[in-house]
Amino acid sequence: MSPLMRSMILVFVASVIGSFGMAFLKMGANLLTRSIWSFLNTKLLIGIALFLGSSAFYAMGIKGGQLSVLYPMVSLAYVWGLVWAKIFFNEPLTKQKFAGLGLILLGVFFVGLGSQDVQPAAPRAASGQEMPAANR
Amino acid sequence: MLLVFICTLVGAVAQLLIKKGMDHFTPDLLAIVTNVPLVVGYTFYGFNALLMILALKNAEMSMIYPIIGLTYVWTTLLCYTVLGEPSNAYKNIGISIIVVGVAVMGFGGKK
Repeated sequence: MSPLMRSMILVFVASVIGSFGMAFLKMGANLLTRSIWSFLNTKLLIGIALFLGSSAFYAMGIKGGQLSVLYPMVSLAYVWGLVWAKIFFNEPLTKQKFAGLGLILLGVFFVGLGSQDVQPAAPRAASGQEMPAANR
Repeated sequence: MLLVFICTLVGAVAQLLIKKGMDHFTPDLLAIVTNVPLVVGYTFYGFNALLMILALKNAEMSMIYPIIGLTYVWTTLLCYTVLGEPSNAYKNIGISIIVVGVAVMGFGGKK
């Protein structure tokens, strides 16, 4: 697997986990009352844990890759978030939301195309098995 | 509104620092806590999240999203200038479409 592919997959996974984090935070936030203890609800804590997990995947993904290609992929989380909003919270999927979703996917696709004509900054192991940390 | 705008700048700088930090990441606790760009980057990131929550409390969502999308623009510009990543038409078109997409999605949320 090429380092770029590995990075993209990691950031992609991060965006999926992050969008679940968003959904759980929302469920948890709906349970908040005036009491400070209401912050300690399972949904909210799961949401925070998912966000932390997501950022770990993301951080490993951007390591050694081009940030200008990988950061825009984070916007995919909006796309999944929209799907969860429909499934879990039954929020209406308006035309505008649908159009936004399509545009984001198209934009990420273009950014992905932009990564193609670029050579890695440093020579890498041909197998792709080598840890990218060896570059620096 | 200004607060959200500042958030987009802080968010982009945080991204850049996290990236810089991750480029010399080693899986060792001492190395991680002494990785200055990484620690400062995540501090900015967390601070930014708090600012954003404050901003979101009393603002029109449909106005917020188009501004949030600016984070993508700043981050990309920082990538080109500070990190020296190659710029090309695909990336620039892609970023522009994403920013519009985020804004359009935000408008859709108002209904």
